[in-house]
Amino acid sequence: MIPAGISIEEIFLLAAALFVVLAIMMFYRAVAGPTTQDRLLAVNVLGTNTVVILALLAAGLGEPWFLDVALIYALLNFLMAVAISKFTVERGGVL
Amino acid sequence: MIESIRFWAIVVLVVAGLFFTFVSAVGVIRLPDIYARAHTASQTDTLGAGLALAAVAIALGWQHATVYTVLLLFFVFITNPTAAHAIARSAAETGIEPVTGDSSPEEDPDEEGETS
Repeated sequence: MIPAGISIEEIFLLAAALFVVLAIMMFYRAVAGPTTQDRLLAVNVLGTNTVVILALLAAGLGEPWFLDVALIYALLNFLMAVAISKFTVERGGVL
Repeated sequence: MIESIRFWAIVVLVVAGLFFTFVSAVGVIRLPDIYARAHTASQTDTLGAGLALAAVAIALGWQHATVYTVLLLFFVFITNPTAAHAIARSAAETGIEPVTGDSSPEEDPDEEGETS
């Protein structure tokens, strides 16, 4: 049975808040990472968390155009990771 | 009845996504070197994001936005391990040595040449 007083929108907003807390935990590795690749990995995971937060807000607030922003953000996040990985290597061969 | 099943499916998927993202955050903060961090980040972050996006797709129902969510799920599922692979390969090509269990460089730097 569905418990009374709890709606699906509230569950999505609560999950988005917890994902924000988990994304803030990633800032420790992005600041304190000893190498460039550690920082890059932390920023990449943080970007994936941002995409999930945008999708949860799109379902929680009932505004589906947030998903367009999330799609473009995921694409730019992947492009950022591959580009910085290429630029840190001498001859640029990472894939 | 079908609304109840949909509600609990959404709750289970969101909680599982939160759990795997929490595992990813703990792994990225706690594990010793870049290769282990890339492993845990790609593995559990793909699963966490995938389950949370599946919950969003179930909640939206049959409309245009669900197609965007499934496309986003597919895209994250493909590109996240690719980005982790590129990061780990660039770490390998810039000369970062993986931490092995038999000799840590902080404790006994004299034996580093013998065991490697």
